[in-house]
Amino acid sequence: MRFILPLGIFVLIVGLLGFGLTLDPKKIPSPLIDKSAPDFSLGNLYAPEEKLSKKDLLGQVWVLNVWASWCVSCRAEHAIITDLANRNLVNIFGLNYKDQPKDAHRWLKQFGNPYSASLMDVDGRVGIDWGVYGVPETFVIGKDGRIKYKHIGPVTKESLELEVIPAIKELLG
Amino acid sequence: MSVKRIMVKHLRLLSIVALLIFSGVSQAAVEAYKFKTPKMEAEYNQLIGELRCLVCQNQNLSGSNADLAKDLRQKTHELLMDGNTPDQVSDYMVARYGDFVLYRPPLQNNTLLLWLGPFALLLLVIVLVFMKMRRKQVLVAPEQDAMAKAKQLLSEPQEK
Repeated sequence: MRFILPLGIFVLIVGLLGFGLTLDPKKIPSPLIDKSAPDFSLGNLYAPEEKLSKKDLLGQVWVLNVWASWCVSCRAEHAIITDLANRNLVNIFGLNYKDQPKDAHRWLKQFGNPYSASLMDVDGRVGIDWGVYGVPETFVIGKDGRIKYKHIGPVTKESLELEVIPAIKELLG
Repeated sequence: MSVKRIMVKHLRLLSIVALLIFSGVSQAAVEAYKFKTPKMEAEYNQLIGELRCLVCQNQNLSGSNADLAKDLRQKTHELLMDGNTPDQVSDYMVARYGDFVLYRPPLQNNTLLLWLGPFALLLLVIVLVFMKMRRKQVLVAPEQDAMAKAKQLLSEPQEK
């Protein structure tokens, strides 16, 4: 009988710590979900004078994938993004985050270019507006310009099938 | 004690003191920003001390050398120079990165437990201790009576 209280407290603490292990501290819920996507006007990676802004994309469902040639996990993710592009569901736009155009060109040549266009965010300003902190990141944006879904870190096969594509299909209606 | 030994002893003490003093100085914020007023500079330093670096999650902006921390320090400086108040700068960061970016979480519905939990626990412990002490007193009290009675009984025959 004497042991019941300490044992109960022990089990409670172990339970709480065990639950804590299942959480990922790197995953911070974005305050941008269901909010209007931040404005931007950025040059195309292959035509720097040609600006693309949020207004140009209103009326379509699109995906923004934040990538950089220096980002190792972007390589791992590249095949998945290419898979998504091949399904021809939506246009995927790349946000080339804090990269050198020269390196970005080489990267796309080496691995293939799944993007409708890549936008150059050389100084990372637009990245800050979008709350980017862990490249790669993937956003799904609706016809009304609202952010529906955000994925932090490389998109895996599972998260593509279970999260990204369902979000896109829901927006396409 | 020889002079040499005294010196060695003090040297040790000195190096410990030096270590303690200089260990706090290792800050990563290296950019030299210009400010319009000393007040603005103080606000800047307070802000980068209270905003979290999201890449290296247990460091604030002033202590982190990550690229993102550098960019966010620059943004903080820019926003202050543009005439924003420190609260407006905090709001700007929260709008993009969420409450997590604040080292000092705001008092709101989902942080009530965080803010009031420790006080609730303290109160609980005080109540428990108080109850336990009272129970002890109740147990002890009759014993003292019994002792007095015993003493009286023992002392009576001697008087007669």
